[in-house]
Amino acid sequence: MPGNVLARRSPAAAWLAENGAVAALVVLVVALSLLSSDFLSLTNLLNVGVQAAVTAILAFGSTFVIVTGGIDLSVGSVAALSAITLAWTATDAGVAWPVAVVVSLAVGVMAGLVNASLIAYGKLPPFIATLAMLGIARGLALVISQGSPIAMPEAVSALGGNLGRYLPIPVIVMVVMGVIAAVILNRTYTGRAMYAIGGNEEAARLSGIKVDRQLLITYGLSGAFAAVAGIVLASRLASAQPQAAAGYELDAIAAVVIGGASLSGGKGKALGTFVGALILAVLRNGLNLLSVSAFWQQVVIGAVIALAVLVDTLRRRGTY
Amino acid sequence: MSEPILRAEGLRKGFPGVQALDGVDLSLCPGEVHVLLGENGAGKSTLIKMLSGAYRPDEGRVLMDGRQVDIRTAGDAQRLGISTIYQEFNLVPELSVAENLSLGRPPRRFGLIDKGAMVRQARELLARVEVDVDPRTPVARLGIARMQMVEIAKALALNARVLIMDEPTAVLTTSEVDKLFVLVRQLRDEGVAVAFITHHLEEIAAIGDRVTVLRDGRSVAEVPADTAQDELVRLMVGRPIDQQFPRRPAELGEPLLKVTGLSRRGAFDDVSFEVRAGEVVGISGLVGAGRTEVARAVFGADRYDSGEVTVRGRRLPPHDVHAAMEAGLGLVPEDRKGQGLVLTADIGENLGLVTLRDATRAGFVDRKGQRTAATKVADQLAIRMTGLNQEVRTLSGGNQQKVVIGKWLVADAHVLILDEPTRGIDVGAKVEIYQLVNELTDSGRAVLMISSDLPEILGMSDRILVMARGRLVGELAAGEATQDDVMALAVTEVEGSRAR
Ligand SMILES: Nc1ncnc2c1ncn2[C@@H]1O[C@H](COP(=O)(O)OP(=O)(O)OP(=O)(O)O)[C@@H](O)[C@H]1O
Ligand SMILES: [Mg+2]
Repeated sequence: MPGNVLARRSPAAAWLAENGAVAALVVLVVALSLLSSDFLSLTNLLNVGVQAAVTAILAFGSTFVIVTGGIDLSVGSVAALSAITLAWTATDAGVAWPVAVVVSLAVGVMAGLVNASLIAYGKLPPFIATLAMLGIARGLALVISQGSPIAMPEAVSALGGNLGRYLPIPVIVMVVMGVIAAVILNRTYTGRAMYAIGGNEEAARLSGIKVDRQLLITYGLSGAFAAVAGIVLASRLASAQPQAAAGYELDAIAAVVIGGASLSGGKGKALGTFVGALILAVLRNGLNLLSVSAFWQQVVIGAVIALAVLVDTLRRRGTY
Repeated sequence: MSEPILRAEGLRKGFPGVQALDGVDLSLCPGEVHVLLGENGAGKSTLIKMLSGAYRPDEGRVLMDGRQVDIRTAGDAQRLGISTIYQEFNLVPELSVAENLSLGRPPRRFGLIDKGAMVRQARELLARVEVDVDPRTPVARLGIARMQMVEIAKALALNARVLIMDEPTAVLTTSEVDKLFVLVRQLRDEGVAVAFITHHLEEIAAIGDRVTVLRDGRSVAEVPADTAQDELVRLMVGRPIDQQFPRRPAELGEPLLKVTGLSRRGAFDDVSFEVRAGEVVGISGLVGAGRTEVARAVFGADRYDSGEVTVRGRRLPPHDVHAAMEAGLGLVPEDRKGQGLVLTADIGENLGLVTLRDATRAGFVDRKGQRTAATKVADQLAIRMTGLNQEVRTLSGGNQQKVVIGKWLVADAHVLILDEPTRGIDVGAKVEIYQLVNELTDSGRAVLMISSDLPEILGMSDRILVMARGRLVGELAAGEATQDDVMALAVTEVEGSRAR
């Protein structure tokens, strides 16, 4: 019985076994630092951080949704739409950039609210509702931009740079968004309601939680986080691209699940998601350093996702 | 006495933080009903789960017909002829009754599932347990008692030599219990060895032959089933209990809950009653009489077509749980797993669910305050746990039930609707809960209690309402009513209207 073994181990070992993703990350980092001398350099590690940032921010938003037992396939498209909106309002429409940022965030939230309305009031399964939004948001991004990139206002583009000499701003944004996500999940009414809804929606409802309203907030948050991710991505490229972040929703979901969340709801942590996103980024970076071809990289990453979740499931099975 | 079919020797099983079983022996003999008795968390369910292949023992061995066997999976148990009805349901809610009954081994023709045969077989099984449901109904639409009967039918389908039943009567009314007993006796006489778990002491002499008492994971005694109840209680709890139903009537005040002309087509019709401050009103009736449906509609969990619900003078909007709670209404639902608990969350989280909103300031939850309140209630109810952060799903059934009740104690509702509140709770803990009901009414709260346990209804209510086929058919003063009076009303045919 794994449970019994657990009880006897040292607290640190027990914690690692409980947080399988952290253990996996440690193994990965150790292995890569042995295989490649460049891996542990400061520049490379910061690079990994920048690589992880967009996925991580999207994934924090997805964590909310997955904890409620839902799924949000639209985050990549919504990120692109929000970035395009920002760039377009600031340049073509000539609005001051702070206003453009607010408009862009509002677009992300709106997309989330539409998702939630379809789910809560239209009774669509989250998969379908957000799949529709995936198409709609991407299409709107293409319509607004007429298919070509739009330059970001310079003030916003600074987000893609460094603070001081070294510290990349995307990494700072990632950490801030992670802390916000953790606080929401652990400390706020909405966060606790998310766990209750994902664990047992009927019990949540009979305990007085307004499930529909909480779902609106949940998907709204996911949209807002997607908008932030879109802005960070566009800032790094200095231009908003209508095709940006395509497929990122799957990375986000993978990060959340690797981080220990359950797709059936009720389980998941911001820290886990953060580690999940880091694992994906470290893996990509390591495979690049080892000059593994991009084609093989996809194979390896797919296998790692399956493996991570498999180990987690097997570990949990014993306790039922 | 014949040779045992199944023998368990020195079984031990630990979970993180608890030794659930600590050396248990058990012999199940053909043609005998063996009752397992013990407090909540004593280890009864853990014991039978090791015989059914759900858990593996850490130590000890199991013998079938004198030969040691290794039961690793549910399939192994089935092959050995052991069939189990678990305390928590194992039905797929979305599938029909017939599909559930033939799950895993559906009748086939030309390699495809033969739906006709499946429904026919299901009809036969349902007829054996005498439940009146269409085999094509999805299980989710059955009430909890009928689900239990479907579980029993499912276990019968296996024609097992050893039949294990974990609290099958917890959710049944007297008439269904009687039907079940007829069935169990018939199986017993055919030579099946039956293990039977119950917290209803009066059932022991009625159905059992021998009793094994478990305490803190050990088998402490094996006695004949006609042992006096007091003695059984002493063996089980370690101390005598002098009064099983310590109802202390309180001074009655204003009506706190008023229900007038509540109707929903096909479920209940023109239901009117009130519950006053300090009063315990019991609702009795057969399964399917519409008691739970009325309770859920009053609480706003389901809609109704017409009628009015007033709590403390405030008329409630229909189908609005939140408004009902704001007005001071609480509901302990009958199905703890489906409606009462968030199984993925811990005990503290579950206990704090109802008060989450009140404990929130500017969006932030006062976690410390929530934990303090939860600790108090957990102590009050003597929930057997390793700590507030134990996951609810790893609690014993009775202790899970305490969590559902505890949730509303934390919330301090003015009018509490209890739907089968002591389902699966041991005798000692029942008395604790009754004392809590007394305290609630002493402080001017009102309690509406639905229960299929007639002694409980008679012993704890001040006034008894009886429902049959969706209507209120009578009212009895608790002091004078007898079980027969209640049953006579419960089987009333209601003219003109028919629910379901
Ligand atoms: N999977 C598990 N993980 C941790 N503890 C468990 C697990 N399953 C059972 N326990 C603990 O083992 C003890 C015995 O539980 P069990 O379910 O066997 O009790 P029971 O006698 O059936 O009680 P009840 O009458 O309430 O159904 C309890 O303290 C329970 O919390
Ligand atoms: Mg049990």
